[in-house]
Amino acid sequence: MYSMTLHKVVCLPRLSRVAVCGGTHGNELSGVYLVRELLKEEKKAMEEEEEEEKPVSVVLVLSNPWAIQQCRRYVKTDLNRCFTHASLNGPLSDSAPYELIRSKELNTLLGPKGSPEAVDLVCDLHNTTANMGLCLIAYSDCDWICLHTFKHLQASTSKESYSLDSVGKHGFAMEIGPQPHGVVRSNIYTAMKFGVQHMLDWVRFFNSGFVDVFTMVKHIDYPRDSETHNIIAAIHPQLQDRDFCLLHPEDPLFQTFSGETLRYKGKEPLYPFFINECAYYEKGIALSLARKRRVMIPAIRVQTEQEQQASEQGFGSEEEE
Amino acid sequence: MSAYKNSVCFNEARRVAIFGGTHGNEMSGVTLVNLWVKNSAEIQRKGVETKPFIANPKAVEKCTRYVDTDLNRAFSPENLSAPGGDDLPYEVQRAQEINRIFGPKGSPEAYDVIFDLHNTTSNMGCTLILESSKDHFNLQMMNYIKKAITPASCLVLLNEHPLLKYSTSRSVAKHPVGLEVGPQPQGVLRSNIFEAMRVILKHALDFIELFNEGPVCNTLETLLAEMEYKFIGMEFPPCTVEVFWVSERIDYPRDANGNIIAMVHPNLQDCDWEPLNPGDPMFQTFDGKTIHYQGSGTVYPTFINEAAYYEKQQAFVTTRRETLVASAIRKA
Repeated sequence: MYSMTLHKVVCLPRLSRVAVCGGTHGNELSGVYLVRELLKEEKKAMEEEEEEEKPVSVVLVLSNPWAIQQCRRYVKTDLNRCFTHASLNGPLSDSAPYELIRSKELNTLLGPKGSPEAVDLVCDLHNTTANMGLCLIAYSDCDWICLHTFKHLQASTSKESYSLDSVGKHGFAMEIGPQPHGVVRSNIYTAMKFGVQHMLDWVRFFNSGFVDVFTMVKHIDYPRDSETHNIIAAIHPQLQDRDFCLLHPEDPLFQTFSGETLRYKGKEPLYPFFINECAYYEKGIALSLARKRRVMIPAIRVQTEQEQQASEQGFGSEEEE
Repeated sequence: MSAYKNSVCFNEARRVAIFGGTHGNEMSGVTLVNLWVKNSAEIQRKGVETKPFIANPKAVEKCTRYVDTDLNRAFSPENLSAPGGDDLPYEVQRAQEINRIFGPKGSPEAYDVIFDLHNTTSNMGCTLILESSKDHFNLQMMNYIKKAITPASCLVLLNEHPLLKYSTSRSVAKHPVGLEVGPQPQGVLRSNIFEAMRVILKHALDFIELFNEGPVCNTLETLLAEMEYKFIGMEFPPCTVEVFWVSERIDYPRDANGNIIAMVHPNLQDCDWEPLNPGDPMFQTFDGKTIHYQGSGTVYPTFINEAAYYEKQQAFVTTRRETLVASAIRKA
C-alpha cells in the first residue's frame, strides 16, 4: 500500500548554518587534518575578500584541542558522551573534567541544544579501527534532513543522544575506517574530504527516494575470564574486517587464545559493525549487531518565506501535491 | 672439532627472556606474555629457562605506549647509571630495574637472549630486528626461522646506523632479537597477527633448543628434514641472510610551525619493503599535490606511517638490501 504521506512534499526551514567538527576524539586524525585544511582554505578565501553571499555558512571546529595536542582519544572523559541535556545544563564544579567544561563551550558555540539558535546541521568527523568504510551515524530514522543527506545510514538507539552532533537541530557523525588511531591514511582522508564536500553540496539540493537503514539491536562483549575479567579471545579471523556482512547463527565469532572457535548463538541473522574498534575495549564492546530495513522517505523542499511566517504564527499549513 | 673454517663458538643459551608490553598498547606481545605467565608449557624447551616478562606494566595498564618516556629508547649508559631514584621518569627507573634483573648490559651475567615483542601500524608483515651485523648467533637464528616458516615470509631489518640506532630494552641481553608484526592498530588485538607472532617465537625457541641440545625430539628432526636443513655434529653450517639495512629517516613535510602538511602518498602507503625509486610519489599534501622522492637511488622503505613515529619526526625509514654471511656456529 502506498502511504499518502509519501505523496506529500515535506517543507522544512532552510539550512543556513552547518558545523563541521573534527577531533572530537583527539587521535582520530582524518577529521583533525581535514578541519585544519578547511580552516586554511577559509582564511585564504577571506583574505581574497570573496564577498558574495553564501547560501550556507559553515562553522569549522576542532572539538577537543587538548586531546588533539596529545593525540589521545580524550584527556579526562569521552567528549562525545557529554552532550545530554543533563550534562550540558548541570552545574560545573571546580574539579569538573576538561571535557565537561569543553562540552558547555561547544554548546554555547553551536547550540544551545534544543533552542532555535542552534546550528541547523552538525557533521562530526570520526575514524574507526573497524573496517566500516564510509558510514554515517544518526540518532533518528525520521529526520528527513539526515536521511536525505546520505544513502546508507546507521541508526543507533532512540535514547537521548549524548554526542556532539545532537547539539544542532539535525546532526550526524561521519565515521570512516579502517584507520589506526594516531595515523592519517591518505585514502581515508580523501574519502572523508569527498564525503564532507558531498554533504555540503547536498545541503543546497534536496533529494528523495528510499534508504537502507541499519538499526542497532545489541552489543557483544569479548569473552572474559570469570575471575580476572581479562579478555580470553580475539575476534575470529573469519569475522575480522567483515563489517556489514550478514552474521548467521553458528557463524564463527571469537577465537580463544588456545585456538577454540566460539560461535554466534543468537537466533536471528544480524549485521555486525564496529568490529574490533580499539576504543570500545574499555566499554565492553567487541562488536555491535544491527537489523536492516528499508525506509521510504518523502521528497522535501525548502520552505518559502511565507510558509515560514505562517508556521511561526501557528497556522500550520502544509502544501499538498 | 669444526667442519668449517671460521666457525664461531658460543656458550649454550640457557637464560632466555620474552618481553611483551615494552610499549603498553602493542597488544600481541602483551597478550602472549600474559598467557605464558599463567601457563608456560608452550614456551618450555629442554635445557632452557624461558622467562615471559611484561616490560612496562604501568603503560600496559593504561594501554598507552609509555607513561613518561619511551622505554625502548631508555637503555642508554647515561640512563642506566643515573642517580635520583624515585625522581627519575618512570621508564628510566624501570630500565634500571630491567638491567638489574636481566643484565647488567655488557656483562657476562646478562641474559643470553631477549625476544622483544612489538606491533606496528605499518604493513611490515613479520619482521625480525637485528642490532649487529656481526652477531652470528642471531643471524643463524634468523636464517632458521625464515626457512622454518616458508612459504610464509619474515624479513630481517638491521639497525646498525650510528645515529639512528637506539638503546632498546632487549639490548640488555647478549643476543637481542626484536620481533615486529603489523599492521595492527595500537590497542587492538587481531587474531592473525597474534598467531603469526606466536609461530615465529615457537621456531625461535626450537632453534635455541637445537643449538643447545641437538634434535631432541621427533618433530624437530622431521622439521629439519622438511626444511632440508643440514645439521651435522651439533654445528650450524655457514649461511647467507638477506637483510634490509637502515639508511635514512624521512620526516613528513612540515610548515614553519612544525605542523604536518602532507600524508604518505596512497601509492606508498602499505608498500613496506617495495622499491622506491627517485621520482616516485612519496607524500600527498592535504590539498592534493604530490611530492616525489628525490633520492639518488632506489631504496626500500619500511615503518611507513607508524603512528608512534609522528612525534619522532619519522614518516618512514629507507633501507638498502644487503646479503650478510653468517659463520658456522656451535656451542662451546
